[in-house]
Amino acid sequence: MKPPRFDYVRPASIDEALGLLAEHGGNASILAGGQSLIPMLNLRMAQPALLIDIKGIPGLGGISRDGDQLVIGAASRHNEVLHSPLVRNAAPLLGLALQHVAHEAIRNRGTLGGSLALADPSAELPACAVCLSADIMAASVRGERTIPAEDFFEDLYATALAPDELIVRVQFPACDDGWRFAFDEVVRRRGDFAIAGVAIAVRPQNDTIADCRIVFFGIESAPKRARGAEAVLAGSSLSASVRERACAALDDDLTPIASGEYSPAYRRHLATVLLARVLDQMPAGHNGRL
Amino acid sequence: MPRAATRRLVSGRGQYVDDIGLKGELHAAFLRSPYPHAAFKIDAADAAALDGVVRVLTADDLDRVCRPWRCVSHAFPGMVSPEQRPLAKSRAVYQGEPVALVIAHSRAIAEDAVERIAAGWEELPAVPSIDAALEPDCATAHVGLQSNLSWQTEIRSGDPEHAFATAALVVQERLVFARKTGVTLEPRGVLASYDPSVGSLLVHISHQMPHQIQSHLADLLALSPLDVRVICADVGGAFGIKMHVYPDEVAVCAASKLLGRPVKFIADRIESLVSDVHAREHVVEARMAVDAEGRILGFDVDDVQGLGAYSVFPRSSMTEATSMLRAVGGPYRYDHYRAVLRCVLQNKTMIGQYRSVGHPIACAVTERLVDLAARARREDAVEFRRRNFLPSDAMPWVSPTGARMIDLSHAACLERLIELVELPRLRAEIEAKRARGDIVGFGLASFVEFTATAAEGYGPAGVPVSSVDTVVVTLEPSGEVRAQCSACEIGQGIQQGVAQVLADAIGLPPERVRVLLGDTAAIAHGGGAWSSRGAAITGEAAWAAGRKLRDSLLAIAGALLQMPPAALDIRCGRFVDVATGADRLGLDDVGRTVTFHGYDLPKGTSPQLTATHQYGRETDPFLPTNGIQASLVEIDRGTGIVTVRRHWVVGDCGRIINPLLVDEQIRGGVVQGIGEALCEACRYDHAGQFISGTLADYLVPMASEMPDIAIAHVETHYSGSILGAKGVGEAGTCGAPAAVLNAVNDALAPYGTCVNELPVSPIDVLRALGSLREETML
Amino acid sequence: MDDYSEPTTDIACTVNGAQVHTRVPVRQSLVDWLRHGLGLTGSHVGCEHGICGACHVVVDNRVVRGCLMLAVEAEGQQIVTIETAAPSDQVRALQDAFYERAAVQCGFCTPGMILQAADLLTSNPAPTRAEIRETLSGNYCRCTGYQAIVDAVEAAAHALRRWPTGNGADASPDRSRRDDSRNQQE
Repeated sequence: MKPPRFDYVRPASIDEALGLLAEHGGNASILAGGQSLIPMLNLRMAQPALLIDIKGIPGLGGISRDGDQLVIGAASRHNEVLHSPLVRNAAPLLGLALQHVAHEAIRNRGTLGGSLALADPSAELPACAVCLSADIMAASVRGERTIPAEDFFEDLYATALAPDELIVRVQFPACDDGWRFAFDEVVRRRGDFAIAGVAIAVRPQNDTIADCRIVFFGIESAPKRARGAEAVLAGSSLSASVRERACAALDDDLTPIASGEYSPAYRRHLATVLLARVLDQMPAGHNGRL
Repeated sequence: MPRAATRRLVSGRGQYVDDIGLKGELHAAFLRSPYPHAAFKIDAADAAALDGVVRVLTADDLDRVCRPWRCVSHAFPGMVSPEQRPLAKSRAVYQGEPVALVIAHSRAIAEDAVERIAAGWEELPAVPSIDAALEPDCATAHVGLQSNLSWQTEIRSGDPEHAFATAALVVQERLVFARKTGVTLEPRGVLASYDPSVGSLLVHISHQMPHQIQSHLADLLALSPLDVRVICADVGGAFGIKMHVYPDEVAVCAASKLLGRPVKFIADRIESLVSDVHAREHVVEARMAVDAEGRILGFDVDDVQGLGAYSVFPRSSMTEATSMLRAVGGPYRYDHYRAVLRCVLQNKTMIGQYRSVGHPIACAVTERLVDLAARARREDAVEFRRRNFLPSDAMPWVSPTGARMIDLSHAACLERLIELVELPRLRAEIEAKRARGDIVGFGLASFVEFTATAAEGYGPAGVPVSSVDTVVVTLEPSGEVRAQCSACEIGQGIQQGVAQVLADAIGLPPERVRVLLGDTAAIAHGGGAWSSRGAAITGEAAWAAGRKLRDSLLAIAGALLQMPPAALDIRCGRFVDVATGADRLGLDDVGRTVTFHGYDLPKGTSPQLTATHQYGRETDPFLPTNGIQASLVEIDRGTGIVTVRRHWVVGDCGRIINPLLVDEQIRGGVVQGIGEALCEACRYDHAGQFISGTLADYLVPMASEMPDIAIAHVETHYSGSILGAKGVGEAGTCGAPAAVLNAVNDALAPYGTCVNELPVSPIDVLRALGSLREETML
Repeated sequence: MDDYSEPTTDIACTVNGAQVHTRVPVRQSLVDWLRHGLGLTGSHVGCEHGICGACHVVVDNRVVRGCLMLAVEAEGQQIVTIETAAPSDQVRALQDAFYERAAVQCGFCTPGMILQAADLLTSNPAPTRAEIRETLSGNYCRCTGYQAIVDAVEAAAHALRRWPTGNGADASPDRSRRDDSRNQQE
């Protein structure tokens, strides 16, 4: 399939890009990595009048540490994030997840901002953003605002971004030594969109779990914290009965969607399987200090 | 040895249809029905007005240059298959059916125009599933049909009622096989160029049978076949998908005839998935009767085949089912057979021949029943098979399915397989894993695959399919040999194989032989590539042609050297004295002398540097081959996902011309079979909408999930030909789904459960294990 | 390609070492432009939605899917295709190995497969079979069943470990250069 016609512009600055967005709003699409947008154009599922290519705009790339924040530019490529020692240090969960994202050629082009803005319910990075309590910095001609990740993903392919807003960077609280991370997903083939997956962050304290954050993806229409399961685990040791109760709590935490050939019942089942598997990795988990 | 052509392909110098361009070519895009069954009325005014659009064509336009066709076969008397056109006229009967054709200056513009065509769609009741299609009150796939039953038949041999009534053991199973499709990486494509000044049509096409498509295009477009030239250069995968007469490809050729301009059509992946022929949609209820000694008495099979909206032209979609019924019980000796077949029209894509055509289903049914019988008798599945194999000394033997079994080696292949898998060690490994709680299973699948179909395959049916192939071979003045043949290269390596056979037959290195194929202007009408026939048929023609040329060249050399030809041999491109080994002349000397210095030869020599042979096999209309496959699978207890850990094949394809290429054909076939067993399915929603529409939905096997495949061979030469080569291209696909299914059920057996649908879905596995909690409210 | 009111734009880039200045339709993909604009038909189109990998080319030393990039995005970039006259040592070794091992049947997946494998061997000169399979998990092959391809990549890796280090030429994704650029801020 060849895409429909569109106009193409390559603004030289963020302000210029924002001006274009203000002018064209819902009739324009941002071209960052293009790894999700271009298939949609080719399938004629998206028909924007204008493509705004934000690659090369100063201020949208880069990975840096700013005090206790890890700052990743929205235009950072997946492979840049995956191979970054700063990320490995401050937010190792991202590296664990990115190994599962698509394939090498796609990771060379796809961007963090693009993945978050798309909000595919089966995608890995939105779940990580929620799990890590990231802040998504969105800019428009009205200025910049901070959107916490757990308020950002509203529904299937729907975010809190206004039609004229652009993600400029994502800030992750740099994790300290006390946190452990694990990530798992169920796929039929390596690199596929997950049927279901989970990102988990745990802060063990002696023999108990002081704090934990659990986010599933591929199961509901948007990733959110599984608060019931988290509540069961917080303050407890990882005994068999605690694990069982945490998995049972998912009945209330999750309302699985029906999509494709996998029923809601199967996705709910996978949630239990996945939670059990990542809990098996605790408290060792992965803390990025290899 | 490696294929010479590979050097081109690794350098990106392949010439696939879309790599070829003709000046002034236009581009085609189709409006295809988005509904399984719908009426429409085309209003193309907006589309035609778009800048860059040349024409928008409908059925009425193409009626002027192309006649409609109907699938008719004496093999299937009374078959119901309505008339078909390149573009549907007023009603579409399958999703993806082409209904309008835009010709424009680019594919992108053509697609823009397609979006502007108003079709006024009115949905009609659709027949999707096989089960529903035969209900008395079901809507029919075409308006005006009495029912959806296209054809039925019953086959009987021996006394099956008595056998089943008196059997010590009857096992039965119902197996459901999902539709699948071929997914050639290069989609279908055609570049057609009609020259109105002389009424000739040039067709570059990604196809397996240049001569067959040549003759059908000529027939449909009212041209002489001599005025239609078909060239198949590099073909990016075929597997049977590209052997059919597709309405969209005919439409493009018709459009070129109408416009007098070159028109190129390259299917994109979306239209490929929905409009390439599909295959394998069957529901089979089967039983096997066994006597008290554990010997198979007979099989009883009830097969319902889903055809799609038309029987594929010209071979008929039910050849898949009849191939299947011929192959039931293949490796075994038994006397009684009953088969009932019903072929059902549906509002779905046409079913057509696809790699191993029906055999995988026969093998899965047979081998599942065999495993069930062995289990019921509490005996080793290997032992049950060994006892029941048709012994070599019983052959030739005509099976109750009517197939002649000859030169097969079931027992030898089994023994070799047991060695190859290291069976005792493997069984111990499996027990150890099971003791740890792993769900693992080992499955066998023994098979007979019929290959290299001879004239009886289609001749009596009145379907013009050539089973004769020709090789023309010539000595060049340079001392090299060039040949033309009517085989078709689709990646299987037949070009290399023919070169090797010619080289051996004549006496020079294969690198000095060049083989041209895939061009109807270069060679007589031949069969192309299907039913794994290259080595067995074209190879045989090549051997004979090569020997003829060799004899002719020896006569010339003898005349030049004043020696009897029998005193000379050709070795490594040189004529040598047989007695002494002394080098006397080069092939180039003879080539140059005849071509430029004929006066150096004695008068009356009449030297011939070209020889020809046409070969068609006179015995065994379906040339049987055999083999046995084994699969070791592991099931993830939590997700239900099945992984093939290891896979083995022992095959007998007769004389092997190129072992390297044969092994790779087997491996590729096995992986397609694993796809069939575990992940490939054309799915439809409750409204009959095709929902496997992209490669994200239709799952093909990728590298991470596939095992290494160990292969060994037994070589039982076919006694009915000089080379003794048989077909092998489809054997991998024949046995792999059965081996995997049997392995999955072996893994589930300790849990007292099983699965009986292909592809095996993770949800079915979890349900079988009883570990999926399903509440009705979800 | 003719205009027909099709939005077009000028681009300047390098393809296989040669400077290219031309006008391209805005909506044309990189792989379509390479194939039909420049006649470099070695990269193939198999799906146009980024799954099959037949379209792989190398852009600024990184393997990318040519169907998931627009030609206009090639502005200022260095593109290398399978047809490059100066293939890297990795590409050459793979071409030889694919030939010897019969890891090619129809050939349609082959250029994309080789470029991805070359990228692997540049950063990982001794990959395990599992690593090879994982790296190639985004390249669809229907003919070989993958095993011969894995064997060929292994053989090429082995051969490269015995060759003297060559000048990488223009098709060698150099991982060390890439890491430097990643760590810099834009």
